Amino acid sequence: MKRELPLFVTAAVGLFMILSFFVPHQVVSVPADFLQQSAVIVVAFGIVLGGANLLRLNLQSVVKRQAGWPYRLVLIAGLLATVLIGLIEGRDFQAAGTRSTWIYDEVYSPMSSAMFALLAFFIASAAFRAFRIRTVEAGLLALAAFLVMLGRVPLGNALTAALPEGLRLGPIAEWILRVPQNAANRAILIGAALGVMATGLRVILGIERSYLSGEE
Amino acid sequence: MLSRGAALAVALLGLALAVRPQPALAQGQAIIVPPPVIQPPPSAAHVPPPPAPGAIPAPRPARGLTWKDVPDDAGRALDLAWTLSPDDTLHRPVLQGYYVMRSENPGGPWTLVDSVAAGVSGYRDQSTSLQRNVVYFYRIDAYGPGGVTPQGSITGPAIAVSQWFNHTRWSVLVLTMLFFAFVLFFIQNAQGEGKKPFVRRIPGIDAIEEAIGRATEMGRPVLYVPGVQDIDEMQTVQSLIVLESVAKTTAKYETPLKVPVTYPIPFTIAQEMVRGGYLNAGRPEQYDPDSVQFVSPEQFAYVAAVTGIMLRDRPAAHIFLGAFFAESLLLAETGFATGAIQVAGTANANQLPFFVVACDYTLIGEELFAASAYLSGEPKLVGSLKGADLMKLVILALVLAGCVLETLGRHGLTAWLSTQ
Amino acid sequence: MRLFEGLARLDRRWIFAVTGLLVLIPLLWPLNLPLSSSPPVRAYHAAIAAVPDGSHVLVSCDFDPAAKPELEPMARSTLRQLLAKRCKVVVVVLYQGGARLVGQIVREVAAERHAVYGTDIVDLGYKAGNEAVMVLMGQSLPNTFPRDQDGLDVRTLPIMRGVRNYSSFPLLVSLSTGYPGTKEYVQQVQGRFHIPIVAGVTAVTAPTMYPYLQTGQLRGLLGGMAGAAEYERLLDERGPASRGMDAQSLAHVFVALCIVLGNLAQWGRRRGDGA
Repeated sequence: MKRELPLFVTAAVGLFMILSFFVPHQVVSVPADFLQQSAVIVVAFGIVLGGANLLRLNLQSVVKRQAGWPYRLVLIAGLLATVLIGLIEGRDFQAAGTRSTWIYDEVYSPMSSAMFALLAFFIASAAFRAFRIRTVEAGLLALAAFLVMLGRVPLGNALTAALPEGLRLGPIAEWILRVPQNAANRAILIGAALGVMATGLRVILGIERSYLSGEE
Repeated sequence: MLSRGAALAVALLGLALAVRPQPALAQGQAIIVPPPVIQPPPSAAHVPPPPAPGAIPAPRPARGLTWKDVPDDAGRALDLAWTLSPDDTLHRPVLQGYYVMRSENPGGPWTLVDSVAAGVSGYRDQSTSLQRNVVYFYRIDAYGPGGVTPQGSITGPAIAVSQWFNHTRWSVLVLTMLFFAFVLFFIQNAQGEGKKPFVRRIPGIDAIEEAIGRATEMGRPVLYVPGVQDIDEMQTVQSLIVLESVAKTTAKYETPLKVPVTYPIPFTIAQEMVRGGYLNAGRPEQYDPDSVQFVSPEQFAYVAAVTGIMLRDRPAAHIFLGAFFAESLLLAETGFATGAIQVAGTANANQLPFFVVACDYTLIGEELFAASAYLSGEPKLVGSLKGADLMKLVILALVLAGCVLETLGRHGLTAWLSTQ
Repeated sequence: MRLFEGLARLDRRWIFAVTGLLVLIPLLWPLNLPLSSSPPVRAYHAAIAAVPDGSHVLVSCDFDPAAKPELEPMARSTLRQLLAKRCKVVVVVLYQGGARLVGQIVREVAAERHAVYGTDIVDLGYKAGNEAVMVLMGQSLPNTFPRDQDGLDVRTLPIMRGVRNYSSFPLLVSLSTGYPGTKEYVQQVQGRFHIPIVAGVTAVTAPTMYPYLQTGQLRGLLGGMAGAAEYERLLDERGPASRGMDAQSLAHVFVALCIVLGNLAQWGRRRGDGA
């Protein structure tokens, strides 16, 4: 029973939600809508579990003085301070001049931008280290990368400005994006979408169960 | 023996799958919302005051009001159409717009539903006050600076009826049923034959065990990153399914496993998956509940935490399976710098180039979804892969047929495939 | 030959340092490279230009500070083009962490263009729920966002007069960095509510939008800072994206150079091993 009930609930709810895509009648649409809205509540409770785990693990590390414990202390202090300030400021925590907006503007915003900006450095080092032209295909890939990288910026266009329109880097880069890139992208999208459906079906029908539970 | 945790995980997975936002919310379906905006309020009596000499007169009324039940919905909307008032012209400021009035009796009392601008000759009444299977009558009043003129005639009785099937979704139903039939057929077939159907070698999946083996030799942990999206993303579901197999292997090799997770629901499922893996390997006592950590749903906070684990704990194997965005290269390049063997897999096509360049092995798109079937070798699961492959052939045929028909100017197939 | 072998052992921090300098120098001393515009950007500009003057336009700004350099210039230029046409701009945010940044942009552009908040432009703020919110907006926008970013009742705002759902807008502008974003708008909204959509996305997601562009599900596309800069050029502005393009040009050339140098290094190492 321990095994069958969850699998039955999974299958029943999953098939019901598939049905709701085709049946607009209130007999189906109202409960389906209720289930969708319930998900938000389930997730809200989940965040408590996650937060508790985060605090527990980091507190343990600090107490045991594990490697990098001062960073964990910063994390705990930041987490508690942000939550507390938000609670004290209440519903208007997003109004201008509050401490919460200060945290957003002066801490969160620059740190987020800085992390994203690291990407530029990593792209350069990855290009140097890993982009090896060992085969004809890799050569074609490198050529396409060259054309798109230069065609997407003013410098590439300025360098080829004297050439006829069709030979300029900008239109060539645009063609690569529009035709070969687009075709490959679509193929991956279709394959992945079918993979999504097949996985969904396996879980809903409980075919993954033996795998999940390790039972035969 | 199935653990209670694994059963809970199955239920959570099912619930998560079931409650994904559906692209199928029918118009007018009962979503609890406050009443609609109604403005401006109508005057108590819709009788135009007698125009003062030289003042703008009241507009002449609209004509020919008709109604139609909105098809393929839950009976919560009606379509209205009318002929514009002769005063509804660009250059005469006599008419400003129309009030849509509704009543349950032809004689009133009339309630204002909404107002529409001048030049508009149709309206879809999907206000929350509209009930299905209730008889309504409608009237359109023209208004302007000179006053309000009710329409001479009314339309009705109009009834919004709930439908049992959305007819614009026939194509989706047919293709879905076909897909389900293919998958179930091949599953049945595989079970009947009892032997594993052929699946081509996928080096990326084979490399997972190799990577864990290397981590064991070096006496260092394995890092498993299940993507940065919540459980409503199927890649996360697939990644968590593969996680159990990875946990089973690490348990077998007695190698520590670290799983940082972004969202709370995948976090609880990941805990169950790892516990299940250790149980299945026959080493439940080795399971460390702290091996799965909740980090943050915030993308770059998560990156900072994971790169921190890479640099401090120096795992010898990094496995990135799931949905990834801008963090893919940040993780993979930092991982490379630590010298770890890296296996990645995602269906996010725009992140694939980064993983291909920075990792040792990459699962591309659907290979990620084939991972659990490939790893387990379970005939039923491999059968589902064959079903998906056959469906791909059907889609290819449809794409080709669509190209030919559209080129010939025939739009029937495209129209059949379009949904509402 | 020894040079190439040395290259193979190059510490990656040198690459980081050069990348940093190449980005920094043109920001301090602009090169003012000439900008052109690509067809998707011209289509984006034309789609907004084709909106009747004075009509309502929905702008969904789904990005957070991480994507600020790419998407903020797009948002600012788009709001400017719309306000210049006296369009009534309704801004919503569906991306967690973006409401405050978007609020600042709305207020600054409104002040710069002398637009009256609540009459010419409104910021309805953030709503959690991803695709579900997109679908709810198709039923009733004022019910989905009953209050604006400042907590004002949207029914009392003049700009919201006559605004019901997507049918009240001749155009939807989706500026997005990830999930939920343009892809979800195309899947959930365009197909069902048939509202024309133009989009601005980060450079890394731009290639995945081309299928939608080709099918007409997107009427125009700005991809990354390059797209934003080309759009600024069409509006005769010299904004932050145009200034950033000098830095991006040099960085792209450097990345291309890195591929060449990396291969030379590899070749040198192999020759060295052979010897």
